Amino acid sequence: MQRLLLGLVTLVVVSIIIFTAVNLLPGDFAQAILGQGATEEAIAGIREQLGLNQSPVTRYFQWLSGVLQGDLGVPLSQAMMQSFSGASTGGNVITVAEQIGPRLSNTLFLAGVSAAIAVPLSITLGVLTALYRNTAFDKAMNISTLSAISSPEFFLAYILILFLAVLNPIFPSLSNIFPGMEFSERLNKTMLPALTLTLAVTAQMMRMTRAALINLLAAPYIEMARLKGLSPMRVIVKHALPNAMAPIITVVALNLAYLVTGVVVVEVVFVYPGIGQLFVDSVKTRDIPVVQACCLIFAAVYILLNLTADILSILSNPRLRHPK
Amino acid sequence: MSQLLRIRDLKIEGRSDETWVPIINGVDLDLDRGQVLGLIGESGAGKSTIGLAAMGFVRDGIRISNGTVEFDGTDLVKASASQKRALLGKRIAYVAQSAAASFNPAHKLIDQHIEAPTQHNVQNRKDSIEDGIDLYRRLRLPDPDQIGFRYPHQVSGGQLQRAMTAMAMSCRPDLIIFDEPTTALDVTTQIEVLAAIRKIVDDFGTAAIYITHDLAVVAQMADKIKVLLKGNEVEEAETHQMLSHPKEEYTKSLWAVRGFERPAKPAVQTSATPVIRVDHVTAAYGDVKVLHDVSFDMHEGRTVAVVGESGSGKSTAARCITGLLPPLSGQILLDGARLAPSYKTRDKMQLRQVQMIYQMADTALNPRKTIGEIIGRPVQFYMGLSGTELRRRIEDLLAEIELEPSQFIDRLPSELSGGQKQRIGIARALAAEPKFIICDEVTSALDQLVAEGILKLLAKLQDELKLTYMFITHDLATVKAIADEVVVMKDGEVVEHGPKADMFTPPHHPYTDLLLSSVPEMDPDWLTNLLAERGVDNIGDAAVDKM
Repeated sequence: MQRLLLGLVTLVVVSIIIFTAVNLLPGDFAQAILGQGATEEAIAGIREQLGLNQSPVTRYFQWLSGVLQGDLGVPLSQAMMQSFSGASTGGNVITVAEQIGPRLSNTLFLAGVSAAIAVPLSITLGVLTALYRNTAFDKAMNISTLSAISSPEFFLAYILILFLAVLNPIFPSLSNIFPGMEFSERLNKTMLPALTLTLAVTAQMMRMTRAALINLLAAPYIEMARLKGLSPMRVIVKHALPNAMAPIITVVALNLAYLVTGVVVVEVVFVYPGIGQLFVDSVKTRDIPVVQACCLIFAAVYILLNLTADILSILSNPRLRHPK
Repeated sequence: MSQLLRIRDLKIEGRSDETWVPIINGVDLDLDRGQVLGLIGESGAGKSTIGLAAMGFVRDGIRISNGTVEFDGTDLVKASASQKRALLGKRIAYVAQSAAASFNPAHKLIDQHIEAPTQHNVQNRKDSIEDGIDLYRRLRLPDPDQIGFRYPHQVSGGQLQRAMTAMAMSCRPDLIIFDEPTTALDVTTQIEVLAAIRKIVDDFGTAAIYITHDLAVVAQMADKIKVLLKGNEVEEAETHQMLSHPKEEYTKSLWAVRGFERPAKPAVQTSATPVIRVDHVTAAYGDVKVLHDVSFDMHEGRTVAVVGESGSGKSTAARCITGLLPPLSGQILLDGARLAPSYKTRDKMQLRQVQMIYQMADTALNPRKTIGEIIGRPVQFYMGLSGTELRRRIEDLLAEIELEPSQFIDRLPSELSGGQKQRIGIARALAAEPKFIICDEVTSALDQLVAEGILKLLAKLQDELKLTYMFITHDLATVKAIADEVVVMKDGEVVEHGPKADMFTPPHHPYTDLLLSSVPEMDPDWLTNLLAERGVDNIGDAAVDKM
């Protein structure tokens, strides 16, 4: 309960930071839409219409009260059209929520597919490298995952395209998914970006699993397990892993959050219609309501995942689960 | 009787930096079926290393460089990992020093208990659970039907130690290695565990190696005793023989340690103002009250031993005196003047007068500071000395604790032995030139010979500097050696309080009596006699609970 409140407070603080930061961006929407040659009067007129000349504090509270009512506002681009074409088309205006909705679900789908591959893979690899620590296998795994995480994502993406789309056409190189697509086709098209993301997040989760396990190997209860004549695999999986859950869960949550919020580059490379692309486009056009909404969603995802991680860590600790 | 274990010329080395240093220098060991061998020696003697080697096991960074460990005809030094795994847990089992650390916190006791029998295909799950409950009953664990279904943190230390003994028995092994199984326990709990271990070893005719540094304990448990010193065997003999006629000088010195006792001091004048008066103090951690209306005085130049089991409130009383834990009610008086409840509002003068020496010198010294810096800090802080004056004072302090200043001043704590570290802890307390020092279990982590040295040093310093000690301990031998007065605590209350002579002569409060009678004596028949006299239900926690 306390954590939940703390999460909410964090979210409010983040919303203030977002609002301030976005307003500090140089240039504004009016300037961007009208171009270099715009007259002062025209810019002032648009600002007036869109309420951009009110004080930042007033605009923050307007925005916040909207958000609290589930209204993320109207993109400035839409508001412009509306004001030029009169009230008759008012019904067709697309709100920020409507614009972001499908993009967000695409991004979540991509993140879900990546997580479904990356999390089991990295934990399995973590267990195996802990079991065969300091062997050739361990070193090979560490080197390869570290190289993957050290390379820029677009580079990994192009390498994967080269090998899996161009040389061996297994997956399509463009991930232009759209609503109403069959699940299998959608999955097929999502595979390459998902694999790229997997490469980007596996190293950290695997190495944390390995380190957390090896850290425990000197514990007296691990020695006890070995002195019971148990197989090395059983010692690691049954005796070390349950006690290593807390750090593993935390690092998994951080990486899952990254899958949602750090996908910009990957989405651009594969032309994947996710929230990252939308975010970049909106920053370009200074479409502040969209930028703010994206930031808020990213922050919420982070906070929610960390909250979940905290709760799961508590649940994984028998001392807290079964008090005296 | 046929031979079960035969170790010949065992040499073990440990890695230190880049070289291998010998730890065990060619030890022989023979054990027949059903026989119990006691391995004793101080820390660093290699007792545990030999115990583990008897299972064909060495810890990381250690290797067996020579010799054979034949268990029932199989040489465990040459055996493959899977051959050893087939024996471990099934025919050779291990009972560790700290059951609390050696049970996996993530699994229930019974799940850990049945792991060996099910994995080694000795019994199926259902039978081994039933057998586990039967063993819990034999070991007199409370609520044997249910206790196994709890997690380790839900069970007390003494019960865990018995559950671990039950776990070792799960496959009815031929040999059990007991590695200091009662060292971490209170005396009343220890006696219960000792009785349980002896019963089960007798019941099943199991052979055992019993490792300990406590002579009185090994006297109760072992058929024969082997004394070790720095990886070498000193001597081995049948228990009665060894206790009554030790041959070697080293063994005799171990036996003699228990003799140290300070002469009694004259009684305190009733009119004297105590250095520290604990005046009707009640204290709590959160909602849990741990001290109930505790009062006692400590007079100049005297040692007050505060005795009691873990959880009795000894350390909490110390925390109230130092101001780390402000009491709920009551007060602490220093020389008759009231001290602020919290150390934060005490002035430097008052802080200086009350100093502390800790149980774990290892963790109480900053590992990255040199000895000179550690001792110099309070000298600077309280006395305001610097430069050559500071240096001279540090050297004086080192000389006072009988360490050569030029050799130690620039060393780091990690380069010192346990006893030397504890001396540095003493010097740091002395640096503030206090009147009153709280010694919190200062000798319980040390070997007996080293502990004796520390006690003698504290006694000497007290005579020279008129220090007053509050000596927190659960070891009654230490109380006998050093105390002038004794405060016995139980469940946060003072149950008995008076001069040492009164405490050690009857009649006692029944709890004091229980504590005193639970301290193992060197007589090998002590436990047998005690059990015959009191009955199994009147020892240990069971007896405490009846009060």
